[in-house]
Amino acid sequence: MTIKQITVFLENKTGRLNDVAKVLGANNINMLAFCIAETVDFGLMRLIVHEVDKAVDVLRDAGFAVILTDVIAIHCDNRPGALSKILESLAENDIFIEYMYAFAQSERADVIINPNDLEKCVRILEEKHSDIL
Amino acid sequence: MDERYFQPEIETMGRHDLEALQLRRLKESIGAALRSPFYRTRYGGAGITPDSIRTLDDLRRLPFTTKDDLRGNYPFGLVAVPMDRVVRLHSSSGTTGNPTVICHSRHDLDCWANRVARCLYMVGVRDTDVFQNTSGYGMFTGGLGFQYGAERLGALTVPAAAGNTVRQIKFIRDFGTTVIHAIPSYVFRLYEVMRESGISPQTDTRLRTLVIGAEPHTEAQRRKIEESLGVKAYNSFGMSEMSGPGVAFECPEQDGLHIWEDSYIVEIIDPQTLEPVPDGGIGELVLTTLDREAMPLIRYRTRDLTRILPGECPCGRTHRRIDRIKGRSDDMFIVKGVNIFPMQIEKILMQFRELGTDYLITVDTVGNNDEVMVEVELGDLFTDDYSQLQRLTREITRQLKDEILVTPKVKLVDRGTLPKTDGKAIRVKDLRNNR
Repeated sequence: MTIKQITVFLENKTGRLNDVAKVLGANNINMLAFCIAETVDFGLMRLIVHEVDKAVDVLRDAGFAVILTDVIAIHCDNRPGALSKILESLAENDIFIEYMYAFAQSERADVIINPNDLEKCVRILEEKHSDIL
Repeated sequence: MDERYFQPEIETMGRHDLEALQLRRLKESIGAALRSPFYRTRYGGAGITPDSIRTLDDLRRLPFTTKDDLRGNYPFGLVAVPMDRVVRLHSSSGTTGNPTVICHSRHDLDCWANRVARCLYMVGVRDTDVFQNTSGYGMFTGGLGFQYGAERLGALTVPAAAGNTVRQIKFIRDFGTTVIHAIPSYVFRLYEVMRESGISPQTDTRLRTLVIGAEPHTEAQRRKIEESLGVKAYNSFGMSEMSGPGVAFECPEQDGLHIWEDSYIVEIIDPQTLEPVPDGGIGELVLTTLDREAMPLIRYRTRDLTRILPGECPCGRTHRRIDRIKGRSDDMFIVKGVNIFPMQIEKILMQFRELGTDYLITVDTVGNNDEVMVEVELGDLFTDDYSQLQRLTREITRQLKDEILVTPKVKLVDRGTLPKTDGKAIRVKDLRNNR
């Protein structure tokens, strides 16, 4: 249910994102999901990979500042209204979502959630939905 | 006699007597200087004589002497005695123009050796010690300077000179070396090679004391040297223009370097206004020699930045202390009329555990205003949260503004992305003249 997400600090500079992709590629690490958010001065890239420890090592070796965060990963049907059902039950229980991102493929979508209260969020999802990753 | 002092009567002399001694020697130094072609023209032309000096404060009215003066009067324009009395010279490499040459009489070498002996004695070196000097000998003053000082003290000297680390370690073990003089980076090299050879500095050597200098190093580096070798390490300050090592040296308190005021008059000036900076404030170190006859230097601008540490030292010595060297005055820049030293910025940045060690200060004109941008490396990420990163940036900005009185733009950057030349970090980029 909770998985390790890698967050990479990105200077707002051309090519930094590609630097991350290159380092991971060169070490044969595949990105399953990622999102990037940025401010005027810097960006944060949040990504999910299989080999978390190895990815952290190679990124740090390449000079990147990284941190691991626990996030929730769930499956969700890839059809209209499916996500809303999940979010509704979270809202009813006063769970606030700091950020989330998702990617859909064929009939399923994977959703990554970073809620304000991780434990409570997991509990509710377990009660209401069976398909936590 | 108090065992702690090499020359108790001088090292613990009351301030009043010390200043009287300085005044007497200053007048003699000016008298001697006037016998050199350089000072005869510069000071004699302005009507300056030893009698121009009635109090130590009168020194402030005399013109400064700079490195350019030494270069411009290469090689012997500042020599104040007949050349047959000069017994040695030390010369800089002169990679950027004429070298600087410093000439010594027998008397000068004698005073110099005495000062170095006093420094070593201060940190507990005695005639029973074995002193190994890893400085290059020859023109570099750290070689002969420490050699004669340690001999004066009566220690067994091992003039190993620079390089050949395996041989250095063999000497340390075979001769029972207890004291080493080395630059900090070489100490780490020695330690590494010892470790690789399975030698424990603590149990396989008699090393007890390290004298480190001639290379900027932090307090953390000193502690690391002390821990890894199981020694006490003391900071040494000198420069060839002031003879060499033995100008200022740490005492066992390890809190600032006593500068020998019977040999030098210390001034700290604002490098821009050339006005004196009150004790405790950072400025450029200006030194006047008091016991050098062959080549006295009056108000020599060292370009080194430091400060006088206010207050008395618990060790009982009355000679004031300077802080470790904080950089070069050439690095100072002015924004909106405020003098800013990179080290002020560094000091603030180093207080943030979230940050790495490298930073770059860029000064540029934006519109009609000068703006300061501080780029600093992030250590590792400490949060996944934007607002916390932005809060960090704001807090750094606020503290910097309190220190330098100008609001800088602070930018967090990735490690290893700031520019370097010859492996040395560039600290200040002033783009204002490149418009």
